[in-house]
Amino acid sequence: MKRNNFLPSFVKLSTLFVFFASSVVVCAIDNPQEATSVWSGVAEFWQEICGIVNTLGKGVLYSIGLFFLTILFAFPLGLIVAFARMSKNPIICNVTRVYISIMRGTPLMLQLLIVYFGPYYVFGMSLKNYPEFMAAVIAFVLNYSAYFAEIYRGGISSIPVGQYEAANVLGYSKNQTFFKIILPQVIKRILPPVTNEVITLVKDTSLAQVIAVVETFTIAKQLANAQASMLPLICAGVYYYIFNFIVAMAMERIEKKLNYYR
Amino acid sequence: MAVLDIKNLHKSFGEIEVLKGVDLSVAKGEVVSIIGPSGSGKSTLLRCATLLERMDKGSMAYLGDYAVQEDASGNSIYASNDELRKLKRHFGLVFQNFNLFPHYSVIKNIVDAPITVQHRNKAEVYEKARELLDKMGLKERENYYPHQLSGGQQQRVSIARALINDPAVLFFDEPTSALDPELTQEVLKIIRELADQKTTMVIVTHEMNFAAEVSNKIVFIDQGVIVEQGTPEEVIYSPKIKRTQEFLAHRK
Ligand SMILES: Nc1ncnc2c1ncn2[C@@H]1O[C@H](COP(=O)(O)OP(=O)(O)OP(=O)(O)O)[C@@H](O)[C@H]1O
Ligand SMILES: [Mg+2]
Repeated sequence: MKRNNFLPSFVKLSTLFVFFASSVVVCAIDNPQEATSVWSGVAEFWQEICGIVNTLGKGVLYSIGLFFLTILFAFPLGLIVAFARMSKNPIICNVTRVYISIMRGTPLMLQLLIVYFGPYYVFGMSLKNYPEFMAAVIAFVLNYSAYFAEIYRGGISSIPVGQYEAANVLGYSKNQTFFKIILPQVIKRILPPVTNEVITLVKDTSLAQVIAVVETFTIAKQLANAQASMLPLICAGVYYYIFNFIVAMAMERIEKKLNYYR
Repeated sequence: MAVLDIKNLHKSFGEIEVLKGVDLSVAKGEVVSIIGPSGSGKSTLLRCATLLERMDKGSMAYLGDYAVQEDASGNSIYASNDELRKLKRHFGLVFQNFNLFPHYSVIKNIVDAPITVQHRNKAEVYEKARELLDKMGLKERENYYPHQLSGGQQQRVSIARALINDPAVLFFDEPTSALDPELTQEVLKIIRELADQKTTMVIVTHEMNFAAEVSNKIVFIDQGVIVEQGTPEEVIYSPKIKRTQEFLAHRK
């Protein structure tokens, strides 16, 4: 069982390598005069990349932090939003509906700006004790909760009523029914759309630059300007690619784990 | 004392009255089959009895404990949720399409409710579950998942699941309608065995011959009222009422 995972991963790893190698070649063509001695050129080039990766490091930490905090809060909050959306109370249901439609219908970039500058422009509050990173986390959580909520909602309504009825007759309480019987089946069903959303999130973290969060892309752009070279941008691209590669593998793992039933 | 006693049950969906004053009493050890045309209200009756649907008028008691009582004008008043939950131990329901939990193994489907809901002793429940699986001819299948079983096997698991709490009465809503003839036979065989062991059962079915064979009592429902009831000889082989005769003539 475990063994036959190996080949597909190997294929993917080699694609990754080809991608990386080709970007290196592109860079070398960028600076043809350095290609005089191949080996010294390669060594120099390697050093340059190490330097860039080093400088990008801090930004990568911010990107990863933003990613995980968003996941951590938006998963549970999305479930709560989904419940509110399915509420029989028309006020709660409609307020949530509007919230979701605004979150999905306007650019995340705008939401970032509003969450960050809103307190200052609307309430005249100082931005001193309001770190950009925190604003970014809030905006991302608000936005992604709306997307996750719709995914949860679709998943929950796809579970046949027979499951609820069987649980009811067996005496399960409403909570037990949801958490023991329904939710595990929902999670299995929503995994593919969640994977899509999570991969988009990895790339979306780069939007945090609009409120001057020092994430990967911010630094890459500064470096590219300073060195008048595309190399930093390509390094940033490789970082996003690797990050997403790991995310996709992890999600695939989970999907396989849940393959033991239907 | 009757295991189940339903009196004057009325149930409407919106404007349409689906059950119009149904009385049903089931004695211990009795097998009652409910027959009738499509849309006559058989499933609704079973769903009211198993608390999946709330009745509008009438009363219902299990072993003398009221789940639903009538007020002065005949409207139904339900017992508290806690009391209703306790009453659920008195019955089991087998669905037409099984409704097993796909993420639980066969054995977990059976033992989970008694352990987490009724807080029964774990070892005892497992032992009883294995005994039931053996009886259902599924001894080797306890670690399978529902999707790995045939429809007939799934239905037998769901019968075991419904029996785990030793219910006073077991309800079946067309337990073989989703099965092909061969699988139907293996499920009917199990129900026949349960009848031989004096398990109290209420069965909604379109299998007339089977109903005649296993039942002590046949109830014929049409348009929300009980038209005729009695022994299989009376209702199936020599029905007195014209509507019953027509229905049975069509079925042959
Ligand atoms: N949830 C519901 N909402 C509205 N109408 C319903 C609902 N459930 C059942 N009905 C209606 O009640 C009537 C009786 O339905 P029921 O399912 O009890 O019939 P049945 O005797 O079991 O029929 P069948 O043999 O086809 O299973 C039908 O006219 C049906 O359309
Ligand atoms: Mg029915």
